[in-house]
Amino acid sequence: MNQAAVNPAAVSAHRLGRRYGKLWALRDCSLRLGPGSVVALVGPNGAGKSTLLNILAGLIEPSEGEVRILGETPNDRVRSRVAFTAQNHPLYRSLTVAQTMRAGRLLNTEWDEPMARERFAQLDIPLDRRVGRLSTGQQAQVSLTLALAKRPQLLLLDEPLAALDPVARQVFMQTVMGAAADGEVTIVLSSHVITDLERVCDHLIVLDHGRVQVAGAVDDLLAEHTVLSGPADQAESLRRNHVVIGASTVGRQTIALVRGETPHDEAWRAEPVGLEELVVTYLRNPHQAALPGPRGIVKDQVA
Amino acid sequence: MIEFRLDTSSGVPPYLQIVRQVEHAIRLGLLRTGDRLPTVKEVASSLAVNPNTVLKAYRELDHRGLTSGKVGSGTFIEPSRSVVSPAQLKLLRRSLHNWIRGARAAGLTDADIDAFVADARKDIPERQIGEVRRDESGGR
Repeated sequence: MNQAAVNPAAVSAHRLGRRYGKLWALRDCSLRLGPGSVVALVGPNGAGKSTLLNILAGLIEPSEGEVRILGETPNDRVRSRVAFTAQNHPLYRSLTVAQTMRAGRLLNTEWDEPMARERFAQLDIPLDRRVGRLSTGQQAQVSLTLALAKRPQLLLLDEPLAALDPVARQVFMQTVMGAAADGEVTIVLSSHVITDLERVCDHLIVLDHGRVQVAGAVDDLLAEHTVLSGPADQAESLRRNHVVIGASTVGRQTIALVRGETPHDEAWRAEPVGLEELVVTYLRNPHQAALPGPRGIVKDQVA
Repeated sequence: MIEFRLDTSSGVPPYLQIVRQVEHAIRLGLLRTGDRLPTVKEVASSLAVNPNTVLKAYRELDHRGLTSGKVGSGTFIEPSRSVVSPAQLKLLRRSLHNWIRGARAAGLTDADIDAFVADARKDIPERQIGEVRRDESGGR
């Protein structure tokens, strides 16, 4: 953990944008991902998650702004320390697992073959089987294993769980968390469902319409938000005096998500917020934003 | 060795579930003095949970004096010093009985009583034990 102070950020982006024709897929995106963090990148479909991951992977160029990966502007040496698995785990379906491994060995400067073999053995994935004949869960494991065998310092996983059944999801995340526990790797996982990532992430980025809406350490975000329930006729004064992210009123009761200070008033009952509720409330209230958390991810200048 | 499980729907933070499972296992004698807890990596990958969650749980166990962690060698169960003495338990039980008698007399059902207790518990969160600030605990 102390390395955080010494090592450069795994990612720092300053006002990053990417335009396709007239449409901005990503706009004004500034963030900093601390080394060793596990980041959930969430947002509805089309929010810009894949665009951001593709820029971080060095696969597409930003139209504006700057990005630094592992302290450097993207170059081949840095790219060799970044592993990216695209949506649906694309692999050569006609190759066997062994041939796929060989390709990985030839295509990468760093390659941990014993680790890859051990993982395939643990997972009962036969090396002589064609990739196209493996189950979806096994294919996901193959592409994850290839990514991990590069011994990356930055691991980017785009919607890794989308096509997987519950058991395959569990096995996949077990592998990812094992890698996280080894340290020295920053992991970014995207999903349009936060519940998929709730247990595994320590940092959260919410993207909506190409913009960063929420960024911060999960513990900080949960600590600085509170769910209040109380009388609807006092909702207006709550809004005036406190930072209300979103509120809904049913009958005489109002339930509100508040950031920061809460009222010292017995009329309002305070309860901690869950991560899913927090994300959904922000997404429903697009003009609200929670940027920067004090640690880990902060919206700041590129160092 | 202990195996952990997490209940996603319980509302109890995962780190606290791990802490409680260790406490419970010690109470039942499933974990004894000198036993080693699984490594952070083992727990993180078996539960598919963030390693920091496990670290937080282990730090909390250390803090509560239930384990001692040594960098590189692991986390071990400390000789148990029962937090609550039998006499203390007896006293607590008696005062709870008195309270429940009062609640019954007032016409509260079992469900009412459970809800009442759960509600009152929220007023004084667990982590504040030993440092309850009485002046602020009645705010709701």
